Amino acid sequence: MTRDVAIIGQGMTKFQEHWDRGVRELAAEAITEALQDATISHEQVQALFVGSMGRFGGQEHIGALVADYTGLTPIPATRVEAGCACGALAMRSAFLAVLSGLYDIVVACGVEKMTDLTDSGDLISALGAASDQEWELQAGLTFPAVYALMARAHMAKYGTTKEQLAMVSAKNHKNAVNNPKAHFRREFTIQQILQAKMVCAPLGLLDCSPVSDGAAAIVIADSEIAETHECPVWIRGSGHASDTIALQDRPTITNIPAAQVAARKAYEYAEISPDEVDVAEIHDNFTIGELMGLEDLGFVPEGQGGIATEAGETQIEGGKLPVNTSGGLKARGNPIGATGIAQAIEIMLQLRDNAGKRQVEDVEVGLTHSIGGSGATAIVTLLSSKRR
Amino acid sequence: MTILAEPSIPEYWRGINARFRLEGTECADCGRRTFPPRIVCPRCKSTKTIPKQFSGKGTLRSYTIVYEAPKGQELHVPYVMGLVELEEGPTVTAQIVDVNPDALKIGLELEVVFRKISAGGRRGIVRYGFKFQPLQYPLHTSNA
Repeated sequence: MTRDVAIIGQGMTKFQEHWDRGVRELAAEAITEALQDATISHEQVQALFVGSMGRFGGQEHIGALVADYTGLTPIPATRVEAGCACGALAMRSAFLAVLSGLYDIVVACGVEKMTDLTDSGDLISALGAASDQEWELQAGLTFPAVYALMARAHMAKYGTTKEQLAMVSAKNHKNAVNNPKAHFRREFTIQQILQAKMVCAPLGLLDCSPVSDGAAAIVIADSEIAETHECPVWIRGSGHASDTIALQDRPTITNIPAAQVAARKAYEYAEISPDEVDVAEIHDNFTIGELMGLEDLGFVPEGQGGIATEAGETQIEGGKLPVNTSGGLKARGNPIGATGIAQAIEIMLQLRDNAGKRQVEDVEVGLTHSIGGSGATAIVTLLSSKRR
Repeated sequence: MTILAEPSIPEYWRGINARFRLEGTECADCGRRTFPPRIVCPRCKSTKTIPKQFSGKGTLRSYTIVYEAPKGQELHVPYVMGLVELEEGPTVTAQIVDVNPDALKIGLELEVVFRKISAGGRRGIVRYGFKFQPLQYPLHTSNA
């Protein structure tokens, strides 16, 4: 018989430039807060999964490091890596570990300390290692440039406009104003976004998620433990898919096929359809990412992401499906490894009716969508306040 | 920290057939062509993939203008990067050179050129490889 698995606690640092703290301090803060929220002691935790890309400081063996500085040794500690999808992969790994029956209580943590790399050329190189380092990055294709190629193709094929891309950024910045953990809690006008300096045409600075430090952690448990908690958030479905590491090898570059596969698997597992989702955190590492995500997740028809955004369908107020209520990667910040867990925490807050001024009404099902590289990894998770 | 945008000498050396001759592979069983070379055919999973040099003619699938470069390529900015679909099938990622940015459009016909990619990085490698330019630029147009 399959087990039911839930998230019973969450914790995260503020996302910002944490010059005074490293990976170990950030992760320890998030995990400590998550254990307190779950009312679980260190001794009850049976395994730890840490998602971290790790290229920004050079420290490897981050699983054990985090277990050490959090006081969780000698439990098994595993570091997982999948570009920007590290955090989501840690969550899925913890979910599978509990689902297997081997463990009852597992912690998933995501952490990244990006600002230890202070040279922008080095940062661009480190980020580009999530795409094909040898045949994309070394040819001169930076990570923003990979998404710029997709944006250009999406605009040419479907008539998506730069204004529609800017609307994603404006909405997410507006949402972040009400998120005390967000990196950039300020609004920008469409005009400001369009006039921001170019990074990789057609994507400007305010189309790109920022460089942030931070950590996020969740406690995942079996139903027997979860049912003793006040507001367990059930992991109803999880889908995970891979694709070619390089964009050049994909027949389509206007969507992310792995996300479509992962979404289908998550919906099938959960027996939930896209129209039952009330709120979603979509991987807007670049504004085009949110538009492709809307389409790949089945919320809007192919090519209609820009039109739906322009129509206000993804706004908190009056939107059919509020997207990135946290501010998304764009404004909450994107400390790579922490992002996938932070997405799940935002959905938890929404499901617990605990999201403050950014609360969406009557939320029962939420979705997280996490993409590694240009789409070589995709992980989709369905969360609900209802066990079945 | 390793400077990731610049290959090590062994990494660069083992790719020179691909970098200098635009050599990929062709599957002896199903005919699928790939660039860079692959050991396993992505379509039929055969391991009978044999070297195949491509003509270097292709069309532009998408493009971007890069204003912030990886380490070691800062002197090139702004530069144009594109996805070039070769006439034999595979798509390659390359810088597009000798092109007026206003002339860039999806479907633009291109041909390969052999160019310096970077020099003087921390490892001291002078790297050469392929870039692409608009077809018939500039000699043929001046003769037209």
